[in-house]
Amino acid sequence: MNHIALKMLMGDTGKYLGIVMGLTFASLIMTQQPAIFMGILARTYSFISDTGLPDIWVMDEKVQFVDDIKPLQDTELYRVRGISGVAWAMPMYKGLLKARLADGAFQTCNVIGLDDTTLIGGPPIMLQGNISDLRRSDGVIIDIDGLNEKLSKLDADGKKIPLKIGDSLELNDHRAIIVGIAKVTRTFQSQPVIYTTYSRAKSYAPKERKLLSFVLVKAIKGQDLDELTRRIREKTGLAAYTQQEFMDITYNYFIKNTGIPINFGISVLLGFIVGAAIAGQTFYSFTLENIRQFGVLKAMGTSNWTLLRMILLQAVLVGSIGYGMGVGLTALFGYAMRHTILAFKFPWQLLVFSGAGVSIICMLAAFISILKVMRLEPAIVFKS
Amino acid sequence: MVDAVRCEKLVKIYDTGGQKVVALNGIDLTIKLGELMMLVGPSGCGKTTLISVIAGILDQDSGICELFGENVNAMRSKDKLQFRAKNIGFVFQAFNLLPSLNAAENVSIPLIINGVKRAEAERKAIKVLEQVGLGDRWKSFPSQLSGGQQQRVAIARALIHSPRLIVCDEPTSALDHVSGHNVMNLLKEVALHEDRALVIVTHDARIFEFADRIAQMDDGHVVKVTP
Repeated sequence: MNHIALKMLMGDTGKYLGIVMGLTFASLIMTQQPAIFMGILARTYSFISDTGLPDIWVMDEKVQFVDDIKPLQDTELYRVRGISGVAWAMPMYKGLLKARLADGAFQTCNVIGLDDTTLIGGPPIMLQGNISDLRRSDGVIIDIDGLNEKLSKLDADGKKIPLKIGDSLELNDHRAIIVGIAKVTRTFQSQPVIYTTYSRAKSYAPKERKLLSFVLVKAIKGQDLDELTRRIREKTGLAAYTQQEFMDITYNYFIKNTGIPINFGISVLLGFIVGAAIAGQTFYSFTLENIRQFGVLKAMGTSNWTLLRMILLQAVLVGSIGYGMGVGLTALFGYAMRHTILAFKFPWQLLVFSGAGVSIICMLAAFISILKVMRLEPAIVFKS
Repeated sequence: MVDAVRCEKLVKIYDTGGQKVVALNGIDLTIKLGELMMLVGPSGCGKTTLISVIAGILDQDSGICELFGENVNAMRSKDKLQFRAKNIGFVFQAFNLLPSLNAAENVSIPLIINGVKRAEAERKAIKVLEQVGLGDRWKSFPSQLSGGQQQRVAIARALIHSPRLIVCDEPTSALDHVSGHNVMNLLKEVALHEDRALVIVTHDARIFEFADRIAQMDDGHVVKVTP
C-alpha cells in the first residue's frame, strides 16, 4: 500500500508542494535563526579562539569575560614565568583606543599589543604583509573587515575606499602605519582589530600604572593543564584558565548577562510555532481532504494499522524533503553571507535540533491525522 | 443452499445529538446467490444504512445479519476486515476512485489489500478492465474518463477479487440514461453469476427492469418485496 500512499500524497502537485514548502519554511526558520544566534555567541570568544598558541590565559581574578579587562602589573609576568611547568609566558595588551582617521573622524578600535620579541598572540591569517613587519617603526596590522568598513575613507561620491598598507592613522595622538592586513574572526562588538607590539601598545594607551591585560602561557610538553592552572592560581593569586575554560566563561557571561538568548530564544520559538502551525495544518488538511479516500480503503478491508503506516510514510517523506530543503537553504544563506557582518555558525548539533523539530511537527500532524482516520466510519463512503 | 444475505429483525438506531433516529426498525430480508436485489424507497428510509450493515461496515444494534451463513457482526474486528476484503465488492454513487491513481491502479486496490503483489495485481486489473471495455484506457486517470467510464472502472474494482457479494449505492444516479443502462447491462453480464449476489440501492426507476427482486423500504422497514 506504500505506493498508493505516495501517489495520494503527490497526486495533487499543488497541495504536495504546499506541505513541503510549509515544512521547508519551518526547517529554515528553525536552523537559520539559531545559526545566527550561535554565530553571535561564537563572536563573544572569537578573540580567544583566534589566539591559538597559548595553552593558558592568566588574568586578574575579577575578570568576567574576554573584553572585561582588569590590568595587571608587568611584574606578574615574571611571577608566572617562574612557576614550574611553564614553558613560556608572554604579555598581551588588549584595550579599546580611539583611532583618528585621515578625514578627522574617530573610530574606537580593539588594540592588541603582542610580546615585542616573539609576537605571540598575533592574528591567525595574514592577508598582506608579515607579522614580523610589526617590528618596523610605528607598524600596525589591521583586520581586513575593519579596513573595508569602519576605517575606510569616503571619496567624493560617497564610495568607501579601504585603507591600505602604507596608509597611516593616529592612535591616541601617536602615528601608526599600516604594515600588514590580517583576517580575524569578527568580534562581538565588531570593532576594527589593530595588532601592534606590547611596548608600542603601552605608548598608545592612556597612562596608567597597570597595562598588562593577559599573560599567555605555554605549558611544557606533557604538563597537565588543570594542574598547571591550579598551580598558577595558588602561586600568583591570579585567575588562570585553559583556552576552552576562558571561552566557556566568556560565553556563559553573555548568556547570563545579556538579553541575547531570550531575544533569540523567543524568535526561534515563534519560528517553530509558526512553522509547526503551517506545516501541521497543511498536512492535516491534506488528510481531511483525502478522508473519503481513506474511507474507501477502509471499507474495502484496509486495516487501521496499514492506514497508520501510510500516513506515517507520507509524513516522513514530506518531513525529510522539507527538512532537507530547509537546512539546504540555511546553508546557502550562510554561504551567501559569509563575507558580510552577519554572524552565522552552523554546527552539526543544529542539524540535529532542527531535524528533531521537523520530526516533532510531522509526527504531531500525522498523529492528529491518524486519530481522524482511525475514528473514521467506513460507512462515510455511502454518503454522497 | 446457503443464502447470500439473511437479515432478521435488524435494528439500527442513530443517536444524533441526544435525539434517537431509528434507521432500521426490524428488517427481515433474504438475498439469494445469483440474485440481483434492488433496495428502493424514499430518502431517509434506511436503504444506505441497510447496505452498510450488509456490507459489514456498520454494526447493527440488534438482530442478525448473516453473510453466506456467517454472522459478520459477531466477528473480531480483524476477521471482519479480512472477510470484507475477500467477500465484498463495492460500487459507489460518486465512484470513489482515487484521483491520483490510474484506472489499473485503482482496480488493483482490492487485490493489494488481499496481499497480492502490485505487479501481478495490476496485470490482472488490466484484464478486468478489458472485460468492462476499458482495456485501452488502463493508464487513464479518473479525471480523464467520462462518468460512465469511471463507473466501469469502479465495477472492475468491485469484481477483481471475485467477491461473493457486490453492494452498489446508486450506481447510475450520476450517469445519463444511456450510460446508466450500459452500466446495468455490464453489471448483469459481468458481475452477476450463480455464486454471487448483487444488492443495489437506487432511486432510479429507469433501471428497475434489471432487478430480479425489488425490496421497497419505508421508515426503516421493508414494506414490500416484488415479485
